Amino acid sequence: MIPAAFEYARASSVDEASKLLSKFGEDAKVLAGGHSLIPLMRLRLAQPTALVDINGIQELDHITERGGKLHVGALTRHVTIQNSSVVQEKLPLLAEVAGEVGDNQVRNMGTMGGVIAHADSAGDYPTLAVILDAEIVTNKRTIPAKDFFKDLFTTALGPDEVVTEVVFPVANGPHKYVKFRRRLFDWAIVGVAAQKLNGGWRIGLTNVGPTPVRATAVEKALHDGATPEDASQHASDGLDPAGDLRASPEYKKHLARVLTKRAIQQAQGQ
Amino acid sequence: MAVTQLVGSKIHRREDPRLITGHGHYIDDFTRQGTAYAAFVRSPLAHARIKSIDVTDASKAPGVTGVYTARDFKSLLAGTHPAAPAFVAEKKFVPERFPIAEKEVCYQGEIVAAVLAETKAQAADAAGLIQVEYDELPAVMDLEKALEKNSPKSHTDGPDNVCWDFTYTGPDITEAAFKEADVVVKERILQNRLAPVPMEPRGVLAEFEGFDKKLTIWMSSQNPHFIRLFVSGAMGLKESQVRVISPDVGGGFGSKISPYPEDYLVPTLSRLAERPVKWIETRTESIQNATHGRGQFYDCEVAAKKDGTLLGMRVVQYLDVGAYHGTFGAFQPVACLMAGGAYKWKGISARTVGVLTNRVPTDPYRGAGRPEATHLVERMVDLVALELKMDPVDIRRKNFIQPKDFPFTQSFGLVVDSGDYDKALDKALEHAGYAELRKKQAELRKQGRYMGIGFSTWIELCGFGPSAATAPATGGIALVESAQVRVTPTGSVLVYTGTHSHGQGHETTFPQIVADQLGVPYESVELRHGDTAEGTAFGYGTYGSRSLAVGGVAISRAVGKVIDKSKKLAAHMLEAAEEDVVFEHGAFHVKGSPDKSKAFGEVAFASYGMSLPEGMEQGLEAVAYFDPPNLVWPFGTHIAVVEIDAETGTPLITKYVAVDDCGNIINPMIVDGQIHGGIVQAIGQALYEEVVYDDDSGQLKTGTMIDYMLPSANEIPTMIIDKTITPSPTNELGVKGIGEAGTIAASAAVINAICDALSPLGIKHVDMPATPDRLWKMMKEARQ
Repeated sequence: MIPAAFEYARASSVDEASKLLSKFGEDAKVLAGGHSLIPLMRLRLAQPTALVDINGIQELDHITERGGKLHVGALTRHVTIQNSSVVQEKLPLLAEVAGEVGDNQVRNMGTMGGVIAHADSAGDYPTLAVILDAEIVTNKRTIPAKDFFKDLFTTALGPDEVVTEVVFPVANGPHKYVKFRRRLFDWAIVGVAAQKLNGGWRIGLTNVGPTPVRATAVEKALHDGATPEDASQHASDGLDPAGDLRASPEYKKHLARVLTKRAIQQAQGQ
Repeated sequence: MAVTQLVGSKIHRREDPRLITGHGHYIDDFTRQGTAYAAFVRSPLAHARIKSIDVTDASKAPGVTGVYTARDFKSLLAGTHPAAPAFVAEKKFVPERFPIAEKEVCYQGEIVAAVLAETKAQAADAAGLIQVEYDELPAVMDLEKALEKNSPKSHTDGPDNVCWDFTYTGPDITEAAFKEADVVVKERILQNRLAPVPMEPRGVLAEFEGFDKKLTIWMSSQNPHFIRLFVSGAMGLKESQVRVISPDVGGGFGSKISPYPEDYLVPTLSRLAERPVKWIETRTESIQNATHGRGQFYDCEVAAKKDGTLLGMRVVQYLDVGAYHGTFGAFQPVACLMAGGAYKWKGISARTVGVLTNRVPTDPYRGAGRPEATHLVERMVDLVALELKMDPVDIRRKNFIQPKDFPFTQSFGLVVDSGDYDKALDKALEHAGYAELRKKQAELRKQGRYMGIGFSTWIELCGFGPSAATAPATGGIALVESAQVRVTPTGSVLVYTGTHSHGQGHETTFPQIVADQLGVPYESVELRHGDTAEGTAFGYGTYGSRSLAVGGVAISRAVGKVIDKSKKLAAHMLEAAEEDVVFEHGAFHVKGSPDKSKAFGEVAFASYGMSLPEGMEQGLEAVAYFDPPNLVWPFGTHIAVVEIDAETGTPLITKYVAVDDCGNIINPMIVDGQIHGGIVQAIGQALYEEVVYDDDSGQLKTGTMIDYMLPSANEIPTMIIDKTITPSPTNELGVKGIGEAGTIAASAAVINAICDALSPLGIKHVDMPATPDRLWKMMKEARQ
């Protein structure tokens, strides 16, 4: 289909981007990789009045490690994250996840900032951000991940606020992301992230609710010495997933348990 | 005969360089000066009365040149959307159909208004401003409920929801068989509704020249001449006033055969607006409005002896016609006539029920009835084998029609022309390593893993078709095929075919045949198709795996006529008697004096000169129409090996073998390509695809490529492809068709493999699509 009419402006700095967003009003949207936004616009499910293109803001495309933290710029493409030796060394779970996003075209265009700000419940990075207590840095403030994701497609960002980077802890212990989908390039039907950090496990679930779910009951069971098999039974505790064409709620809860077990086992196997 | 044999060679496709470098000519590549763009307003509801249409805002929108509703078209269009008898001789109720709804809409997507604007975007925006008020009516969605006594009606002015209820052979035919049976197996088998999803969606560009009353239509079609026939008739024009051009077509799979509402509306809009009008559908419009495939279920019983001899089958097909009868929508009941498969039966009782619903119509989709037949019979044979604890290979061999039985008259009087089913099966078993597979299965079962092996020993009928059968089926036009061959003074050979490739590679394969037959360079032969202003008076199109078996033979016969005339002229030039002249390696020579010869090119040039034999006219061209004496009957064996994840229910095809027989082969690379594509579409149906509507509201839920789940290359295993060659006795080229074979064969192989994998759990039958969620549920329940 053809998108509804919109205005367009290219920002050359974060400051300019913020000013443009203010100017165009709350129905303006930031355009980075565009691979979530443009399909929505073509179906007219999203009809932003203006697009503020931030692809020219080079300083947002970076990966740096300092002081035990991995700083990933908002404009960093998935393919860059996937192939970065810094990420592979300091937070290999992130490199693994980046390599499984969409397909080649999506990985060449899609960005860290875009996935975080779009907050699709099937997005993979938000799950990592939540379980690793990452911080989302904007042009105005720093927001802890657990306070950032409010609801499906809804974050704490204000109308003229732009994500500039996401800060993760360094973690290179046992890790695994299990992404269950029908086709290689699909969104996760259910995803499970497992990361050993500071002696304890962090377990997160993708697409079992409107926002990422941290499987604290599983983490506790593992802490108390349960086997992956037994601990993973708690993965569906408190879950009330919506059913859709790909999976019934019942099946999603079942997958949560099975995939959690597999994620922990495969992480341990490293 | 040529020195180098082109027929049988893997020549790279002539079409490909232009198609893969952006030099193809698809509908959207054409522009005409002054074109206005059309957008259609479609009903968002499956069934409703139209209360009012307010076009005020739309009429004032930027760039809009006109807004149109049904009454603008009433005096300009009549007799649209013919309903061919096809395989159902009597219909009970065929709802009247007009391309744009006036009082009642009967499927989501039905057109209620049209907008013309200067740009595509302006037309889309203006369409959004048209306000239509609807009174929602109950939507008929379920086939069984639709047949109940007090069911809401798909059309409020219809008697009920029965489009047809036709019995081919009554239950009395199988009474004896069922009486003597040792086992009777019964099953209901579903055929999920599918969207064809051609890579190129539909489009129409029409230019009506009012002064001369001439109409040119560019559209993406599988059969331009039929469109000329239908559209000219409906618009009150002569066929000679209408030219239809279908250039490169990016796939059809059956969805570009029948005339659509837009095919009538766009030319009429051009007439009304007095300028060219262009419309290209979006992907969502395509999934929603292009005719769908399958959409059936079958109630089937099979009677057999305890030694595995098949005795009789009783089958009732329930078919979702949709809201209207697709022009060739009654083709799918051929599934009943093919329900016997590769086997000998004492008798088959078959009945077809066409049910009207509030969905877009169904029409032929790759295989059109034969995939359904194969799926049905191969599932039932496996169920009998399971009941009798017999190897699925053994029961098939026991019942195969044998080589010595051909030509074989099957249960419905159709004559199967040739076959060697055991040979294909043997080859497939060897490729699969069958004995090893069963060993592996036994080991994996001990480990609690679910591995299955599934067979599909398919046969089919294609190459439509003999005039005696097809003329009544279409309502008068025999589906023969035409060809015109023209040789120019310098030896260019132009071949005009009435078929129309939409991915089949005819520009490559037909010149292979002609170049070999004439002994001329391949490069000197050009194939032309798709333009009703060129070539023969009528062409019949490409569908039903007919182009080679009917069109290719017509071409060969036209070439034969050219050779006949050339021979006469060559004899004259060689001053020899015609019977003393031999045509060989592209030249004519006198028997016994090979150095006394004239090359074909020399003869061609001479045909335009002055020294011709008495009574011979200048020129070198010929027309041939080929009426095949029978359909043709390809066959083969597919074997699928599947493992199902014990915890998640995910099916994974770990091995796929296909051994297929399409008679003599023109280009093996193209045949392999057809088989690959066909298998992928069947895997799509078996494991992934389904057009899903909300049961109550009739809302389409799978309107985009995210939700309508086509498998990608990543999901398809590497296939082992091989062939046997059993030339067809039906035509002198010995060829059959292969375009639909992969789709006909594969869904049964995959589902049979899944059922075999799950049989330790007591699961006997699995319906399509066999998604992980569904399999997991079945396995969970079975374990309890």
